[in-house]
Amino acid sequence: MTMLSTDGDLRDQTVKIFGRKKFVALAVPAVIFVYLVYIFISFNFAGLVERARMDNARALVADSYSYKTHVSRDNRSGDLAFAIEGARAGTYADGTYPDWVTVEGSNMVVDLGDGHVVTYLDDNLVTYDMPDFPTITLQLIDDVVVTNLPDPAPDWVNASDTRVAITTEAGRLTYTRSKAEIFRYSFGWEMFWFTLASPYHDVGFFQLLAGPQLDANRSNIVGAWQDFWNNGLWRHSDVAWALWETVLMAFLGTFGAAIIALPLAFLAAKNFAPVVALRFAVRRVFDFVRGVDGLIWTIILSRAFGPGPLTGALAILVTDTGSFGKSFSEALENVDEKQIEGLESTGARPVQRYRFGVIPQVTPVLLSQILYYFESNTRSATIIGAITGGGIGLFLTQAIQTQNDWEKVTYYIVLILIMVMVMDTISGWLRRKLIKGDDGGH
Amino acid sequence: MADLSASGSMNTQTTRDNYMAMTRRKRAYGGILLAIFVLLMVTGFQTVDARSAGGFWSGISQVFDFPAGVVREAWEKIDRMPANLVNFFPALLETINIAAVSTLVGAFLGLVLSLLSTRGLAKWPRMIPVFRRIMDIMRAFPEIVIALVLIFILGGGPIPAMIAIAIHTAGALGKLFSEVAENADLKPVEGLASVGANWSQRMLLGVIPQVAPNYLSYTLMRFEINIRASAILGFVGAGGIGYELRNAMTFGTGRFDLAAAIFVLLFLTIVFFDQLSSHYRNKLVKGNQV
Repeated sequence: MTMLSTDGDLRDQTVKIFGRKKFVALAVPAVIFVYLVYIFISFNFAGLVERARMDNARALVADSYSYKTHVSRDNRSGDLAFAIEGARAGTYADGTYPDWVTVEGSNMVVDLGDGHVVTYLDDNLVTYDMPDFPTITLQLIDDVVVTNLPDPAPDWVNASDTRVAITTEAGRLTYTRSKAEIFRYSFGWEMFWFTLASPYHDVGFFQLLAGPQLDANRSNIVGAWQDFWNNGLWRHSDVAWALWETVLMAFLGTFGAAIIALPLAFLAAKNFAPVVALRFAVRRVFDFVRGVDGLIWTIILSRAFGPGPLTGALAILVTDTGSFGKSFSEALENVDEKQIEGLESTGARPVQRYRFGVIPQVTPVLLSQILYYFESNTRSATIIGAITGGGIGLFLTQAIQTQNDWEKVTYYIVLILIMVMVMDTISGWLRRKLIKGDDGGH
Repeated sequence: MADLSASGSMNTQTTRDNYMAMTRRKRAYGGILLAIFVLLMVTGFQTVDARSAGGFWSGISQVFDFPAGVVREAWEKIDRMPANLVNFFPALLETINIAAVSTLVGAFLGLVLSLLSTRGLAKWPRMIPVFRRIMDIMRAFPEIVIALVLIFILGGGPIPAMIAIAIHTAGALGKLFSEVAENADLKPVEGLASVGANWSQRMLLGVIPQVAPNYLSYTLMRFEINIRASAILGFVGAGGIGYELRNAMTFGTGRFDLAAAIFVLLFLTIVFFDQLSSHYRNKLVKGNQV
């Protein structure tokens, strides 16, 4: 509070203070506004509209809740192929196909729904019927894809001599020199539980429990569990391992850092440090370790330990040793000296004084901090995993890089959110349980 | 009391026995917990070690090879250092800008969310659990998740990183802010309500002045954290100094002087903002206590 002098003119001073407040009240928003304008220009927000790929966004959203079935015919051999997501594990066995396809020899009719029908005819001729547009024909003649599309073609068609792609809300037809392929979107994650190769695919839950045995060698429950756990497309066992690995990285890093930082914190605390020079040195080490960012530690350590969770755990360990060292030493500086004096008067040796006079005092603060870091490091471990290649972070980046596995990206994001929120809950619960009177102020 | 003096010696004995039994039980529980903890640490370490490309013991001897190589090379080309530092300064500025804007936006969102989810202040009291859950979810998102998805849609550059960090910041600050707001004095709010102030006026004039020092202090701390986050996001393609660092790393041996310059810049920036923010935070907290 600014002191008002008693002898001066109170009114003048009040007016001055109010004037200053008015000025600040206008100046701060003005500065922020100018800064945001500068950011708007320097980040090139205006160019965002051009750069934004809304088709990518649409594909992402569509993929996240639906699956594609690839239907194709080879232009040379005339072989038909049906595969969910184009994956080997999702390929239909010979002679089987989805119920929205009618096959006749090497010809077929594919019903994309909403009046969109693609017909595969002889001589590599493909026709696409849709409402509100004349039938499109595509054919390979002398190694050139010939169509009856008007010139210029509508904007949902991407056409050249070697490749024509027609994208509608019902699906996509791509005609190239080697094959004519359709992507049809259907709702859901079709092979999340079982791949097509599994006998349990498309079998209801109750039928699985109470129905006839589907595989002669295995009971239904065991077989279903094995096929689910070893699902070649969704890799449930690997994903579970990756989640566990991420938590493990955070666990080892956080608690390892705490174990290393605690004795060092005694050296850095004013009231315990044996030598002033040593205290100064230890403090500078803490500052240095914290200043060299986690990113740099990750890079340095990944050079020595290679990709994998070990690098992530050690990167968390090194970075947090600095943070813990600083906060532990601050906590130690705030301990009550009376209890230590009391122990000293009974003839306790220094180690005993620390063990019974200091540790019980600082344990609640320290544990609360460690648990808080553990929780926040679960997030960090995801990020570090994406950089060094370990845990769920690696799975996420890999799925994003393929640019068409968005259902998996969605799945991993949901798993990460659940993991972080569970850790959050556990750590909050433990903190409340272990430390009575914790104000939860983190 | 009379009872105690009558059978004093016997009571002392049972009390002592009970006390010793309790101490033993406590020690046993402590021992079991410690054993479980050590077991978890050891097996966890072995698991992680087994699942990594390079082993711990072979790696530990090489930890200093890379930093030593970088330092040696940077020292040989020390004449290039000033030029490199100047070259990378715009990228550094971008990283700081990402952190600053996302902190601003995140703090503003967090402020609104915190007021909406604090008992006694909320505009729609029934919606408090909804806003709390929104903050929980925003906080749970690691920045990299949103950044990577947005990079796919919006292309590389600072904007995806900014949005990603702002979302996480809003959730994290919102929680801290609402804890502060819960302790705010409601009298000014009631006073304002009695003269007919609407919700935003009550918040702006009655609550914000009370909580501003704490809010500013938390925001400064978050800014410091966000600089680190923005450097990391650059490394996965969001621009700024992190992106330059990744490029410098792919150039590899021969151009480690570039990496060294970036290390120096990043280190100095983090230490600078660390000191700055702790200085102002101390000032804010002390000003609050007077």
